[in-house]
Amino acid sequence: MNNPREETKYVPQPATNLIPERELGKQLILEAHNLGIDFGGLTAVEGFDLSVSPTEIIGLIGPNGAGKTTVFNLLSKVYQPTRGTILMNGRDTMGMSTAQMNRAGVARTFQNIRLFNNLTVEDNIKLGLHNHIKYGMLSGILRLPNYWKQEKEAKERVTELLSIFSMTHMAPFRAGALPYGAQRRLEIIRALATGPKVLLLDEPAAGMNPSETSELMENIVKVRDTFQIAVVLIEHDMNLVMGICEGICVLNFGKIIAKGTPSEIQNNPVVIEAYLGRQKEDGQNAES
Amino acid sequence: MRKLQKSTRESIFTYAIVIVAFLATQGLMLSGNISSALTGQLVPICAYVVMAVSLNLTVGVLGELSLGHASFMSVGAFSGVTACISLANVIPSDPIRLVVGMVIGAICAGAAGFLIGIPVLRLNGDYLAIVTLAFGEIIKNLITCLSVGVDSRGLHFSFLTSSSMLNLEEGGTVIINGPMGIAGIPKLSTFTAGFILVVVTLFIVMNLVKSRAGRAIMALRDNRIAAESVGIPVTKYKLMAFVTSAALAGAAGALYAMNFSTIVATKFNFSTSILILVYVVLGGLGNIWGTVIAATVLTILPEMLRGFNDYRMLLYAIVLIIVMLATNNSRLKLIPAWLKKTLGSKTGKESISNE
Repeated sequence: MNNPREETKYVPQPATNLIPERELGKQLILEAHNLGIDFGGLTAVEGFDLSVSPTEIIGLIGPNGAGKTTVFNLLSKVYQPTRGTILMNGRDTMGMSTAQMNRAGVARTFQNIRLFNNLTVEDNIKLGLHNHIKYGMLSGILRLPNYWKQEKEAKERVTELLSIFSMTHMAPFRAGALPYGAQRRLEIIRALATGPKVLLLDEPAAGMNPSETSELMENIVKVRDTFQIAVVLIEHDMNLVMGICEGICVLNFGKIIAKGTPSEIQNNPVVIEAYLGRQKEDGQNAES
Repeated sequence: MRKLQKSTRESIFTYAIVIVAFLATQGLMLSGNISSALTGQLVPICAYVVMAVSLNLTVGVLGELSLGHASFMSVGAFSGVTACISLANVIPSDPIRLVVGMVIGAICAGAAGFLIGIPVLRLNGDYLAIVTLAFGEIIKNLITCLSVGVDSRGLHFSFLTSSSMLNLEEGGTVIINGPMGIAGIPKLSTFTAGFILVVVTLFIVMNLVKSRAGRAIMALRDNRIAAESVGIPVTKYKLMAFVTSAALAGAAGALYAMNFSTIVATKFNFSTSILILVYVVLGGLGNIWGTVIAATVLTILPEMLRGFNDYRMLLYAIVLIIVMLATNNSRLKLIPAWLKKTLGSKTGKESISNE
């Protein structure tokens, strides 16, 4: 057995290139190869390949129940994959826990918002910064100088992060009491606070109105540009996906059915079939 | 200017309650206005306050229901008293010996908490509660079977046999005598020592909760999956809360035991664990000052109500409900409104005429 922590440079089979002009394969941050998971007898995801280069925005779309969130759970190791490999920075992540995966650089948000509801907005973000605040339990209890120094730095960082989404004034409020849109934004900020290399956003625009969505689109691009990170997002809002994603991956019944740029996906007959159903054989009734 | 943070205000309030209560009691004792029954209760009150505050760390802050907290108290009590008796010649000063006893009690209970915590904290919710209950009973029975003696060669242990099997030298003394427990405990505990332990406990628990570690513990309570997703190691922080809680309970156990001349393992049974849980629940989960008040009031109350004989437990139950309303329930705020409504016509007119 190989040690999972060992630095194994695994040369992958290049996945179908999402954006050919970017020359993927030369420098990849996150790679999934032949990823699959079974729940009992049910195969939820099968043969999932994905290559993410350091600063691209990738959309993961597909009909309900296609396995998009399961893919996210695999990439963040909430589920351990039954088959396949996930490489982070060319390094095998086999056997890592969710927390270790986060420290390796994968941060995520959840479809059904998972905030620390009874804590303040500030504390939620400080929890995101948890692994960047460095003082021990004893300094915390005895309030040694290191505690004050680190907490002050953390507080400054919190204000900085909150200002990205112009939420600075919300710092002292309880996270559970925030309006829905602010909760979604807070979850993204908390994920960013962990200092990720890849950000996984699970339906960031769910429940938002068109103006909020367009604001979110700008923010996602802004976040990518400021932090120089890759973003993978699941979304049903096609305006958002087609507007900001550089590559799109379409899932149906746990398998990838298409990959490509937004315009390729929009014209792909297989994708149209997955979303709208099959055209009649003669093609006359369905047209018009 | 913004006011002090809510949590800072709360901790100042908590320290204030404890210090004022201590000074008031000292004043009453000096002026001789306090009954001897209550004087005897002072150290147990301190011990129960520490127990309740430490259990609140597990139940209120970590959010895991532990039904075996009294077992850590008993580990602390028996190890602390053993240390105090065997060190009687080495450390002549009573207060220092008490401190050493409490520290040893805390270390032993913390170690027990660590050993139990490793398997138990893999479980969640009801399962965890049931397993802590079982471990509580196991510890109680283990201590019942344990005999410990001391002589010039050091400590002697024997298990499941009578204390005569300890092979003590002449002049050696039996400390823990199996099911008979410990007899002839030096009465080292004082109210002042209890007060200091309470303040130290509050200091540890409240500062822990407001530090990096405490945030991580509360994050596990609020949403375990999200906590993992931001890189918080679950087992580490669960164990940290559990062991801290157990160690504080151990110190409280040593304090408690050294207030009595004899102590037996069966004292720290399931009902004691539940009693402490009642203090925590009535004081409010995660609410430290509420826990302090609940533990104090509910320890004094059965003694105060002795005069009512048959109605004692009835009154006790009523007081439980009132405490629950007063410390833990926002609906209490509805009572003034309701009173205003029922007494409405009169007060209403007055307020209008005042305007």
